[in-house]
Amino acid sequence: MAETGSRGASRRAWRRVRLFGQRVWLRIRRFIRPVIDPFATLWSRSLMVRTMTITGVVTGAMIASAGVFVLTSVSNDLYSSRRDQALQDSARATVAAQGLLDAFDTADRGGLSSLASSVTQTVQDTSASQMIFVRRQVGQTPFLEIPSSFDTTSVLVQAVSAELTSSVRSDGEPQHWQPVTFYRDDGDSSPGIIVASSLTFPSGAGVFDLFIGYDLADTEQTLSFVARTLLLTAVAMMLFIGLLVLVISRIVFRPIRVAADTSRRLAAGEADARMPRQHDEHFDVLSDGFNDMADTLQARIHELDHLSAMQQRFVSDVSHELRTPLTTIRLASEVLKGEQDSLGAGQQRAVEVLSTQVERFELLLTDLLEISRYDAGRVTLETEPTNLVHLVDEVVASLQQLSPSVIEVRALGGYTPVDVDARRIRRIVSNLVGNAIEHGEGHPIVVTIDSNADATAIAVRDWGVGMSEQSVTHVFDRFWRADPSRKRTLGGTGLGLAIAREDAAVHGGFLEVWSRLGEGSQFRLTLPKREDVTDYMSPIALIPEDVDPHSGQVDVTGGWLKRPFRRILRSPREGRS
Amino acid sequence: MGLMSARILVVDDDRALAEMLSMVLQGEGFLVEHAYDGPAAVDQFRASRPDLVLLDVMLPGLDGIGVCEQIRAESGVPIIMLTARTDTRDVVRGLEVGADDYVVKPFNPAELIARIRARLREPQDDVSETLAIGDLSIDVAGHQVTRNGEVIPLTPLEFDLLAILARKPQQVFTREVLLEKVWGYQYKADTRLVNVHVQRLRAKIEVDPDHPVIVTTVRGVGYRAGARAE
Repeated sequence: MAETGSRGASRRAWRRVRLFGQRVWLRIRRFIRPVIDPFATLWSRSLMVRTMTITGVVTGAMIASAGVFVLTSVSNDLYSSRRDQALQDSARATVAAQGLLDAFDTADRGGLSSLASSVTQTVQDTSASQMIFVRRQVGQTPFLEIPSSFDTTSVLVQAVSAELTSSVRSDGEPQHWQPVTFYRDDGDSSPGIIVASSLTFPSGAGVFDLFIGYDLADTEQTLSFVARTLLLTAVAMMLFIGLLVLVISRIVFRPIRVAADTSRRLAAGEADARMPRQHDEHFDVLSDGFNDMADTLQARIHELDHLSAMQQRFVSDVSHELRTPLTTIRLASEVLKGEQDSLGAGQQRAVEVLSTQVERFELLLTDLLEISRYDAGRVTLETEPTNLVHLVDEVVASLQQLSPSVIEVRALGGYTPVDVDARRIRRIVSNLVGNAIEHGEGHPIVVTIDSNADATAIAVRDWGVGMSEQSVTHVFDRFWRADPSRKRTLGGTGLGLAIAREDAAVHGGFLEVWSRLGEGSQFRLTLPKREDVTDYMSPIALIPEDVDPHSGQVDVTGGWLKRPFRRILRSPREGRS
Repeated sequence: MGLMSARILVVDDDRALAEMLSMVLQGEGFLVEHAYDGPAAVDQFRASRPDLVLLDVMLPGLDGIGVCEQIRAESGVPIIMLTARTDTRDVVRGLEVGADDYVVKPFNPAELIARIRARLREPQDDVSETLAIGDLSIDVAGHQVTRNGEVIPLTPLEFDLLAILARKPQQVFTREVLLEKVWGYQYKADTRLVNVHVQRLRAKIEVDPDHPVIVTTVRGVGYRAGARAE
């Protein structure tokens, strides 16, 4: 039990640590993110940035380690040579001082008092240093004739450590040294070495320690000069290397940039864009391959363009060529019709069939021509300011006579004239209303018009047979019929809705449908109000209000509509005045 | 010359069509002559001076546009073009060289007859009436337009158009109304007919056709005679 408890406690502790770590990390991240994130983006996106960063870091590290190595070895060298110099100097001074002491006449008691100053003088004369400190070793019988310590500067006195003192006393070595820092009265400090040795004073005065301080400020100055030079060199080299890497990477990446640029131009439709040769075998393979590909594409596009132009032209020519014989047939059937009374019953019926079928043929031909014009992109819009409510009223009035259904027009808005090709919009509306009459089974038909800031919509709702989901997806297909067995009352070529959808698209609008078996259909035409409207919402819901939207059909408005792109020619009717 | 005995020149290189056309037209009481190519059509026109020309656009030798230009140079006779192409360019070209109207193949014979009748319609008003618009004076009965005593030659259609506008100065006529009154269309038709003929009319009657003062455009509505009432 105790063990488990302790494990739990340790786990808690661990979690606290981890939480704390996370908090710290989050705090750090908040500060470094603005710096790191743009760089991380660059890093992941640019090969050039990666190359330059890696090169920069590696050469930087190399230069830094080389610099540190040079600096350390220079400083070691300088230091050790200075130290050796100091040791030699001190040894010489010690020998001279000891010689002076040994030569002292022990009988000259009065000379003892001046001994300290003469020792100092000797040491100063023989050594290169002026910092001298002499102190009588402790633990000897007191001797009053000579001061127990004398010095030339207090700086040295303060710098002598107990460690050095004790090592001089305990060790048999003649010389001891220690690196120290000298603190001057004016607050300056400099590195230095203190060399310690012993002097034996005459007349039982005992053993004295001689400390000579050597100031290394000039050495340090030399070192810092060297370091500065090294640093400058390093910075210059880094800059130079950075520049070099930049130049080289530009040279290396130029073919890639050229390739990217060329492919972008090609993608933008500049069919003549080709990659120049880069005078490098690998890149030339790339650019040759690329250019071959572009050539092939261009040839293929030309071929397809040509084929489609030929096909469209053929359709158009056939339709036109058919017109003259069709006219003749029609006239002939009219002549026959004029003499119907003299014909037998069967022949009369034949004449009737002839004339209705000729009419049907004609409609088909007209629609075929219209759709081929759309396919060829040779549609001219003749726009004029049009009041869509009036337009709908006119269409409905003309179709009402043919309709067993009552047609109601609900104009909720849309009275402001819109620039449209009235002929095409009229064609769409009469097609939709005609379809509603045909499939409406005599139930009423409602045509709604409404508008918002960006768009005007016309919706045609019937409560007829409706269509299955599968039929709805095909309703705009060419020559598609919802139910081949259904009797047709108004005729129609099977191209009507396909043309209507093109008519809508050429205005930057949409023709959409909602339908459900047994509940009828609603077709909705939405037209943007101006040329500059690219996204708009239809003012009328696609799914009528009187039906429950099934699950999955909650998007009753149909959402945002994005203006379709069509190649069109515009010629406003009021071009000249 | 009564309406029933009007002579019509049918110009079409398709003999079957020409034959059927003449049967239909003869059934309606017209007299019909044929020409099967462009140069023959011009010769035939000069020889017989028909009351109306039905002209196919695609002809061997000299196309319908050329024939129309030549006939128009010497006569204001009504010309109705037959075209298999509904392309704007063809239709507008035909109208610009002076065709009064056009019918697109395959046409409804009844519609063609209606178009022909509209063009052959006798002036309804026999009262002598003189209208003045701008510096023009219009003699309705005499079918003459003069500026400072100088006669401006207009085709019958152009004259009708001007007379209808001038009878109600300052009233704006929509293109649809003009189509009905001048061309006899009962339903929506191609309003380019009106535009092109107004242009042709202006070229003849306006001092500066680019800045018309006699027949002015009312943007988005139609045309009216006389300067804009400021």
